[in-house]
Amino acid sequence: MARRCVMADGQAASQTILVVGGGMSGLTAAVEAAEVGRDVILVEKRPYLGGRVAQLNKYFPKLCTPACGLEINYQRVRNNPRITVLTLTEVQEIQGSEGDYTVRLRENPRFVNEKCTACGECAKACDAEVDDEFNFGLSKVKAVGNGHNMAYPNRYAMSPEFAKTPEAEKLVAVCPVGAIEPKMEAKESTLHISSIIWATGWTPYDASKIRPYGYGRIPNVTTNMRIERMANKFGPSGGKIVRDDGKEIKNVAFIQCAGSRDHNYLPFCSRICCLASMKQTTYVREQFPDAKITIYYIDLRAMDRYEAFQKKIEADQGIRWIKSKPARIDADLESRSPIVIGEDTLTGVRYADKYDLVVLATGMEPNIAASPVPASGMTYDAYGFLANATTGIVGTGCATGPQDVSGSVQASTAAALKAIQSAAKARG
Amino acid sequence: MAYDLSFAKEVYKTSEVGYWIKMCMQCGVCAGSCPLGPHWEHSPRQLFQLVRAGKMEEVLKSDSMWMCTSCYNCIVRCPRGLPITHIVHGLARLAVEKGMADPKQPTRRFAVEVFWDNITSTGRVGEAGLTMKLYFIDGIGPGIQRGLEMKNQALGMLKTKRLNPIPFRSKIKGFAGFKAMLDKAFELEAKKESNA
Repeated sequence: MARRCVMADGQAASQTILVVGGGMSGLTAAVEAAEVGRDVILVEKRPYLGGRVAQLNKYFPKLCTPACGLEINYQRVRNNPRITVLTLTEVQEIQGSEGDYTVRLRENPRFVNEKCTACGECAKACDAEVDDEFNFGLSKVKAVGNGHNMAYPNRYAMSPEFAKTPEAEKLVAVCPVGAIEPKMEAKESTLHISSIIWATGWTPYDASKIRPYGYGRIPNVTTNMRIERMANKFGPSGGKIVRDDGKEIKNVAFIQCAGSRDHNYLPFCSRICCLASMKQTTYVREQFPDAKITIYYIDLRAMDRYEAFQKKIEADQGIRWIKSKPARIDADLESRSPIVIGEDTLTGVRYADKYDLVVLATGMEPNIAASPVPASGMTYDAYGFLANATTGIVGTGCATGPQDVSGSVQASTAAALKAIQSAAKARG
Repeated sequence: MAYDLSFAKEVYKTSEVGYWIKMCMQCGVCAGSCPLGPHWEHSPRQLFQLVRAGKMEEVLKSDSMWMCTSCYNCIVRCPRGLPITHIVHGLARLAVEKGMADPKQPTRRFAVEVFWDNITSTGRVGEAGLTMKLYFIDGIGPGIQRGLEMKNQALGMLKTKRLNPIPFRSKIKGFAGFKAMLDKAFELEAKKESNA
């Protein structure tokens, strides 16, 4: 990982491009810029690259695995000496203007140094477990590990809370290559950068805020991103979509716009949830060939060419499409099954239907809303996405608005071009 | 058949907060949130779509507006922030103004024939007078029958001092001011309608 890095005390007018966020958007922008000869520093706050895409089971509409797109990009990163990857790193401050930015970075301690071979001896010896953020709390993981099966770099990291405990010290002796360093400290550094690509992505909207739907309170009400993890064979249930009591699943409902297009929650449409739910009906169908599936929707937004995918899903006769935004979910305490209540707007019938599992299709909350760009002159739209940027700081992917993966890839290629233009101007 | 927008336009302009109806996206959350949902002729969502479609008779003769208990569940949950309770009350008022509300609708009769007179004549609600007028609204026979049916409840309320037995209450202090307020409200309302 130790690659050349343009430090402040080095060159004055650097043409290096900083990419913030190591998900699909950031990865794309980084490789596109590096492959035409720019030096790129890619920073990611998590211990590994991959972002939300790494958490998906399949892409729509082709239903292929994200391992594919990510692997290709990891290869491009690995083979390109112009890209420096800094994980566990956050941007503290940006000063300057197009062509001449001074950026202060903080690299949080990994507690595992670069000698790590990901052999797994430390995890075997470690008894402490922490919530598994990667699997949305569906499971616990060891306090030291490499995150997930597609983690890049494939190097372990330790939970900061665990690193403070005496148990962490015991692991030092366990590691055959001397990689464990519980005393590792955060490092600050300053870089000279010509332009910046901001690609900090999104977080699934917190479904427990949608009180009438009872997520977290009513058993077997889950979310679309949890279904992605459940359906993934490397996920917490080994690829099986499951109820909390392990009972058989015969009847599944998807609720679209859960917490979206709603002034009480997220007021905008996240553009991907209709397609994601349609895709997830194929997971359900694969595992439960006789299951009944219901999709509650306000209107279906299969944008552009995705209409063909909708037609394909509509061929499944076991899917009921109900034009209705459900008003609430009640719990049937005896069967631990949720009851969805609302009005079918095409018939006017008020329904109260019980399901084995209800999936809330929650939308995208921009990460940038909680962690804005630490630079002056940035503006955000009414929904909290990055609106403009100064010419030297370019937003891309879900930092600028809800996007699907292919849209993010296209936007990031465009962002790379803008960043290169800024860098060229710097040369003068 | 021509698409007649005149009724929709009238509602947007003259009915209380009626212009909000344009914002409805027909999701159905209001209907599912209403505690009396299954008992209305039309859900709020249906009323709004009927307004847009110009179906004046179906809207104003519907019993739906009279079923609202003002619990505000629909307002709280409406994803687009429509003040549904107020819109529905506005449509009820329009139905009365146009003389299209069902004369037998019990809530309409209570609101328009009993409650309004009771409160505006003295400035306060006289429970005994209100109850009597409501009971005898269909004549002496049915009035006595209703009174007998509810006798125990009435006596219980008297015993616990929850019912003032004097049927005709005195006017509130400053009744003239109360009257002036009402007159002004009517004046403003008339002005709004003539401007529409």
